[in-house]
Amino acid sequence: MRIACPFCGERENGEFTYLGDAKPKRPAMVAIDGGAGAPGEAEAFYDYVYLRDNFAGEMSEYWYHGGGCRSWLVIERNTLTHDIKSVRAAPGAGAAKAGAK
Amino acid sequence: MASAQSNRLAKGGLIDRNAPLSFTFDGKAMIGYAGDTLASALVANGVTLVGRSFKYHRPRGILTAGPEEPNALVELRSGARREANTKATTAELYDGLDALSQNRWPSLGFDVMSVNSLLSPIFVAGFYYKTFMWPAKFWEKLYEPAIRRAAGLGRTSGIADPDHYEKAWAHCDVLVVGSGPAGLAAALAAGRTGARVILAEEDRLAGGRLNSDGGEIDGMPAGEWLAGALAELEALPNVRIMTRTAVFGVYDGGTYGALERVNDHLPVPPVHQPRQRLWRIVAKRCVVAAGAIERPIVFSGNDRPGVMMASAVRTYVERFAAAPGKRLALFTNNDDGWKTVEAAHRAGIEIAAVIDSRKDLSQHHRALAQSGGFAVHNGVVVDVKGGKTGVSGVEIALANGGSAQIAADVLAMSGGWNPSVGLSSHHRGRPKWREDIAAFVPEGAPAGMLSAGAANGDFSLSACLRTGHEAGLAAASDLGFKGRAGKAPAASDEAISISPLWHVEGRKKGFVDFQHDVTASDIALAQREGFESVEHLKRYTTLGMATDQGKNSNVTGLAIMSELTRRSIPQTGTTIYRPPHVPVAIGAFAGHHRDENFHSVRLTPSHHWAAERGAVFVDTGLWKRAQWYPIAGENDWLTSVNREVLTVRNGVGFCDVSTLGKIDVMGKDAGAFLDRVYINAFASLAVGKARYGLMLREDGIVMDDGTTSRLAEDHYFLTTTTAKAGPVMQYLEFCRQVLWPELDVQLTSCTDQWAQFSIAGPKTRDLLREIVDPAEDLSNEGFPFMGVREVRLRGGMFARLFRISFSGEMAFEISVPARYGDAMARNLMKAGEPFGVVPYGTEALGVMRIEKGHIAGAELNGTTTADDLGLGKMMSKKKDFVGRVMAGREALTAPDRQVVVGLKPVDKARRLRSGAHIIPKGAAVGPDTDQGYVTSVCHSPMLGQWIGLGLVERGRERIGEIVRAHDPLRGEDYYVEICNPVFYDPEGGRQRG
Ligand SMILES: [Zn+2]
Repeated sequence: MRIACPFCGERENGEFTYLGDAKPKRPAMVAIDGGAGAPGEAEAFYDYVYLRDNFAGEMSEYWYHGGGCRSWLVIERNTLTHDIKSVRAAPGAGAAKAGAK
Repeated sequence: MASAQSNRLAKGGLIDRNAPLSFTFDGKAMIGYAGDTLASALVANGVTLVGRSFKYHRPRGILTAGPEEPNALVELRSGARREANTKATTAELYDGLDALSQNRWPSLGFDVMSVNSLLSPIFVAGFYYKTFMWPAKFWEKLYEPAIRRAAGLGRTSGIADPDHYEKAWAHCDVLVVGSGPAGLAAALAAGRTGARVILAEEDRLAGGRLNSDGGEIDGMPAGEWLAGALAELEALPNVRIMTRTAVFGVYDGGTYGALERVNDHLPVPPVHQPRQRLWRIVAKRCVVAAGAIERPIVFSGNDRPGVMMASAVRTYVERFAAAPGKRLALFTNNDDGWKTVEAAHRAGIEIAAVIDSRKDLSQHHRALAQSGGFAVHNGVVVDVKGGKTGVSGVEIALANGGSAQIAADVLAMSGGWNPSVGLSSHHRGRPKWREDIAAFVPEGAPAGMLSAGAANGDFSLSACLRTGHEAGLAAASDLGFKGRAGKAPAASDEAISISPLWHVEGRKKGFVDFQHDVTASDIALAQREGFESVEHLKRYTTLGMATDQGKNSNVTGLAIMSELTRRSIPQTGTTIYRPPHVPVAIGAFAGHHRDENFHSVRLTPSHHWAAERGAVFVDTGLWKRAQWYPIAGENDWLTSVNREVLTVRNGVGFCDVSTLGKIDVMGKDAGAFLDRVYINAFASLAVGKARYGLMLREDGIVMDDGTTSRLAEDHYFLTTTTAKAGPVMQYLEFCRQVLWPELDVQLTSCTDQWAQFSIAGPKTRDLLREIVDPAEDLSNEGFPFMGVREVRLRGGMFARLFRISFSGEMAFEISVPARYGDAMARNLMKAGEPFGVVPYGTEALGVMRIEKGHIAGAELNGTTTADDLGLGKMMSKKKDFVGRVMAGREALTAPDRQVVVGLKPVDKARRLRSGAHIIPKGAAVGPDTDQGYVTSVCHSPMLGQWIGLGLVERGRERIGEIVRAHDPLRGEDYYVEICNPVFYDPEGGRQRG
């Protein structure tokens, strides 16, 4: 498989590490006052940490370019054909960061 | 004395008659010529019997002249370089080549195992499943060894391969697989447009069937055209021709696997050169011009030595000037087979007869028969007469009901051609049946791949040239190359006609798969027993499962099955094609990654100095770390380690700790970032201070620990354990880039940039004062415990100094750029001499951390929570952090969890062992009474006995309790006392002193 890293260009997949489904979003960090968290947070984290769909087809995935620029990438890939539809850098990847001044 | 080349033709062939090469086959000396393969040299020397078959030990001869050869497999070379199952048809002859036939005992001519032929009723399809079912215990002791001895191929040498192998990458626009007429036309068309072209050819020579079939192209003899085409390709800077290179697989994203047999044609590779090179070729487009493979016809005796594929006969005659016989008969169902008669006739070989299964004879062939003076029979061969060393004649059943006998010493057979659909089917493409050519052609090829020429079912020379040109041009123009491709080379021959004939019923065995000894009756048996699907047929009969992967048998096998089941061939279908298309040695896949180069090695900055001192090293991940430093007179590790520990605890010692992961965390939000990833607070850490931190995974289990220092308002220096340096870096980047991109923070791994030494013991300051500039205040007030500062060294260099302690002693860690690590080790040794300094290794480090109850990898084992490790109180109640929510789950906070405690044998002389299970005193041993286990042990010189840490259920409530350490692995069972994990200096006064 070949992955076109937005920073490094097309590289072979041995340079990358796979993490998994990019759909689940981590519940936000909350302010803790004396130990109490947000209501329903246990269920939300259970979903985030453990529940995954078993895709046959296109899914978006996290990949890490550890053998290159150390960017985290979000890749749309077909798990049946290994065709890659798109590769984009995670919001905080690279030098120019969203939100940073 | 070498035998004469009795079957060498007087002229012709692409061989160098001025370069004779001597070789041996089964110990018999012979002569061949440069340009020969082992097979062609054997043919030239009149050798017909070359091996015994796999199951029945039937005598076998050379069947083909190419990589699809099922019979002529030999053990090539001797000693450590012996290579089993080498195809004689592709092994290039070299001077001094030695080859042995396989699968025979005691000799090729007299093989006692040929008795298997008489036992053939038990070796039929499915015999593995039927014959040896019962009793099961007989399998291992009786059946398997007997079968393995009776049925097998070559022997491995059993000695390490002395040669080396390489891996390499190549990139191109258009990869052309095969350099026959189609491949050459494709490479020329694409190359002329300016596209970067790689032309890969498995053979030593480019040209494919042009080297065997001749013909006329663009008005000149094929050989002349070939030379011109190659000269043009070689002159194009954007074209690379790779011979001896077989493309064996298609992988995702246009990556192709190819094996270059760099030096297989030499007895020993030249110094510094590999035997083989594994290529990964990245190509935007691929033209498969891999040709086709001629298929046998199944009839009684079709495996007798002397029965040969018609195209192979042509190759031996034309390319190698070697005559497979003196009187040739041809059995064919198509026009192409007739070319063999023409070639043999031209070479002066007598033609006995042509047996053509088709009714109508073309005008051209009729004329040929007349001029050659031979008979043409409309019929089929029903038996082949002869002995184990060859054919004496054939018996024919005529279409008109009569029969005929013909004397001949070689029978050429042609059942038509199967396009090479292997590569085009590697992404689960299912080839499509074409009735007009009675063959499968590519369908559903991987993206960017085209097939051309015979590989696509276009068998005539003119069609090969035209479709090759079109495919090469299409591939290049698809990529935007606009250069002039010129005209397709032209030839004037016509398409061949075929009328399918797969199988002639006969009284004796007719072979479908020669290498695995699968006969037509095996297929019939599989059908009778319900194994009709091609995938079942394959497994039940082992059809196509030998090293040739059924290259000349699969299609015939499924065609016979389709006749038996009265289904069409497309309905019967093909099995799935998978890489590798040709066998690839494991050594080629491994490349240089073997022995000491299996993985990379990381050396600490003080490694060479430690090696000079005779340190014993231990592998920790990729690192080599000094384990202990023996001195004269010390013969066992424990003596050395005890000395190192005692010297540190009473004086001073130092240890290279550079392997710990180091990460610079910088930016205005660095503190906020660390607050989120550590369970304890870091934003509030003062500049110039260090703090021990613990990280959890999202599921609430401990991930890693380490000391992190604040060097400036916006600069933290984070350390990880040695093992987790990489994973923690990757995880922190995930947090930064994916989870919280709004934080202004950057991470840089600097593990390799800093050499760091722990200096520990009551005399640490004495030593440091010899190293550090006298102006620096190292007193408790000037440099308190957990303080961090950059200091000036004597001589003006700067270093970072951290007052942290893993040993529990008064200690500092000093950090200098890695290139000064070696000098620092030497300086510490020299400066510490008056104080009796010793270097200490990872063993002493481990002893001191266990004496102090510090956790390490054995306790941070992916199952423990912060509280299990006795660090639950570190979990902040004032801020959120990764793992907080999940760490609060019921099971992770249950009171009966196994927690870290100290353990010491009640019998002080006893050795404690890691892995021993903790069982309550008086309880029976079993999973229900198992309450934990010993995680880390050491011999403590301070306590004068073995001590350890363990994870024990409710352990902290049970200090003082005596429990059983049960160790079934080592057969030990003894009592231990649960105690405080901090064995030494529990008040911690020494490190603060
Ligand atoms: Zn990259």
